Amino acid sequence: MTRQHNILQKPSTFFDIFERKGVSEVKSTHYCPGCGHGILHKLIAEAIEDFGIQDKTVLISPVGCSVFAYYYFDTGNIQSAHGRAPAVGTGYKRANPHSIVISYQGDGDLAAIGANEIIQAANRGEAITVFFVNNAIYGMTGGQMAPTTLLNQTTTTTPYGRNKFHEGYPLRMSEIIATLEAPVYVERCMLTDAKNIAKTRNAVRKAIKAQMDQKGFSFVEVLSGCPTGWKMTPQEAKTWITTDLSTYFVPGVYKDDLETREPHEVKQENPPPEDYYHLLNINQTLKEEYVFPHVLKEPFLEEIKIAGFGGQGLLSLGYVIAALAMGHAYEVSWLPSYGPEMRGGTANCSVKISNSRIGSPLVTNPSTLIVMNKPSMKKFENAVINGGIIIYDSGLIDTPPSRQDVTAIGVPATEIADTLGNTKAANILLLGVYARLKKQFLDEQYIQTALPAILESKALRDVNIKAFNYGFTYSENMK
Amino acid sequence: MKKALIKGNNAVVYSALLAGCRNFFGYPITPASEIAEGSALLYPKVGGTFLQAESEIGAINMVYGAASSGVRCMTASSSPGISLKMEGISYLAGAELPCVIVDVSRGGPGLGNIAPEQGDYNQIVKGGGHGNYKLIVLAPNSAQEMCDLTMLAFDLADKYRNPTVVLADGTIGQMMEPVEFPPPITTFPKKEWAVKATLETRENLISSIELDADRLEIHNQKLQKKYAIIEEKEVRYEAYCCDDAEIILCGFGIISRLLQSVVDEMRAEGIAVGMLRPITLFPFPKNIVDYYTLKRNLKFFNVFELNNGQMVDDVKLVVNGRKPVYFYGRMGGNLPTQKEIIHEVMKNMRQS
Ligand code: SF4
Repeated sequence: MTRQHNILQKPSTFFDIFERKGVSEVKSTHYCPGCGHGILHKLIAEAIEDFGIQDKTVLISPVGCSVFAYYYFDTGNIQSAHGRAPAVGTGYKRANPHSIVISYQGDGDLAAIGANEIIQAANRGEAITVFFVNNAIYGMTGGQMAPTTLLNQTTTTTPYGRNKFHEGYPLRMSEIIATLEAPVYVERCMLTDAKNIAKTRNAVRKAIKAQMDQKGFSFVEVLSGCPTGWKMTPQEAKTWITTDLSTYFVPGVYKDDLETREPHEVKQENPPPEDYYHLLNINQTLKEEYVFPHVLKEPFLEEIKIAGFGGQGLLSLGYVIAALAMGHAYEVSWLPSYGPEMRGGTANCSVKISNSRIGSPLVTNPSTLIVMNKPSMKKFENAVINGGIIIYDSGLIDTPPSRQDVTAIGVPATEIADTLGNTKAANILLLGVYARLKKQFLDEQYIQTALPAILESKALRDVNIKAFNYGFTYSENMK
Repeated sequence: MKKALIKGNNAVVYSALLAGCRNFFGYPITPASEIAEGSALLYPKVGGTFLQAESEIGAINMVYGAASSGVRCMTASSSPGISLKMEGISYLAGAELPCVIVDVSRGGPGLGNIAPEQGDYNQIVKGGGHGNYKLIVLAPNSAQEMCDLTMLAFDLADKYRNPTVVLADGTIGQMMEPVEFPPPITTFPKKEWAVKATLETRENLISSIELDADRLEIHNQKLQKKYAIIEEKEVRYEAYCCDDAEIILCGFGIISRLLQSVVDEMRAEGIAVGMLRPITLFPFPKNIVDYYTLKRNLKFFNVFELNNGQMVDDVKLVVNGRKPVYFYGRMGGNLPTQKEIIHEVMKNMRQS
């Protein structure tokens, strides 16, 4: 592991020939002379080789000069969109916990367009390793300002120098990442001389090892020369890193919890497919088809509108009616009004029951209207079809419907439910009234057996059954 | 036969799991949030990963990452969230990564509202992202189809190495209907192209970049060939009472349910109306539109959408002036009533 690499020797993690580059110059890299990328690539490649993880390593390349990192690394490679490498790495690692994921990013990629992705991945403690090449400029696109461009530094988009009042200050990413709880290791290094390259080598290894040991998110920022973008000779570039760049972006270890952090092993269960229905709880939501001998054979379409205040259990009432009808092997649909109007305001739902395929799930002209407040009565009364039914809570709606061409049944459902034990059972009381009126297609015996299973609230089961029976006989007595 | 009474959005969650999807990356947005919530509840039970991303952009790129390894993965969102995902969708298409994206569309443009609109047709079918790509697009019109088409979406995505969209709307997502779930899928296609962090797949590369103009053109031509095969093999539609129809009503998703009711109502009055519903929006069922255009008894097509007229362009491209194509749309999340639709059809009948 500590084997010294001959400086001229190529790590096995690099391809022999960079065929992915294309037809020409497949033996040299595409980086400029004096560029830091080549050195960092080599340090990473050596570490991968020494750790023996070449097969399970996946390198995510960014957008920037290192977009072509996959030319060189003989590992799994994924090229990602600008700034998104930490999200891509997250998705990859979550799906493949056995892998070693390395995200390699430049300053525009990581600190500007992808600032959110990196912060969030770091904060989740994704078990990935991020190498952040900070050269204070956009190299690939021709020398524009980076979020890490120093004050007064000139670039093609800060031709008069970066102005703190105009572009703000250079972003210190290592410092920001180190403030987060989850990251385990954060260090800033620079590629200037043998001593600092050795330090970087060490940091690269620690960061990758952290991932191998399942200790979480590690981050190494590397101050790297861009002679082309800076318009300097490689030697001038090195000097500038020392004299300028590293005085603002101070190298050092910003976080190191490697010793104290417990490894976190991701265990993925793999239950057999036979267990899925059970695990997903599909069994309980499935209802056996009920072959009810008196199922109405003539074509019919029942359109119900149920309306009132949010919280009166009207959507559940609709659900219960639909579920009971489904139990009779009818076609059903249930459609709620949804959105902010449900929060405190009025709520309504549409239920359709038929013995043939249901077209529109919307109910515009109900054959049955069940209402529990005045505004809803006002809104829907006139929409009810000629000969339809209106069932309403007469305790809450004091004026009965004025329509003469409908059957109107008022029950003080909420009051009665209260005396039965809980006002919340009012909706099921109205269900009883409804079921009695719709005997031609709803079987009482079936309802009696199926209802307890369909009712979601176990706590209210008994009072609900009482309420149902009350409602059922209420309308029976009325007739 | 066992059925569950379940919301369209929940049907998506169950069917994705039964299709072998074990990775869901999402971001909450009404009216699609139930898919994320349901996934959060159920994925851990079967050894899957549900992760709430930092943004729609984060979510679609997590999908990109997971899909790179060949696992079945998905995300779900609604219109404004889908707009944000467009960058990632273009990359997924360029890198030919299979995944499923569910769009429970809502009212726009901008923040719009959360009511059911179909204004996403163009951004999904015509490509809201950059480049010469196509998504496979499936448009369910019931809770059962939310289940069936989600499962199909995973198969098609794998078969063609192409992102596949289930384009629904708020109504279908929120609506409960009986759903029959198929048995879980247990065998999956081998994906030799995937980066699996193994020796065998080490040489694989997932990428959408190609600097050389000629090579990028070749890549694009290859994509177009793939799309042509999809157009040839994967068209799905429903024709309801169309064969003797003098008028064909055309619409996708929720509106087709209304059109079906209208057909029943108008047929009862003795008017020869039919309904043609594209189930695949890409590939668009061109041949069947052409077939009915050629029928002598057909007087006109009447396209209904919950938008400003987006799919109607595809109908017109096929009909190409041979028969009139009328359009009626509602926007803002409003659904037309059956009466309104009939009124519209009658008006056009008098015209032609
Ligand atoms: S432009 Fe700068 S960062 Fe890019 S390859 Fe050249 S020296 Fe390196």
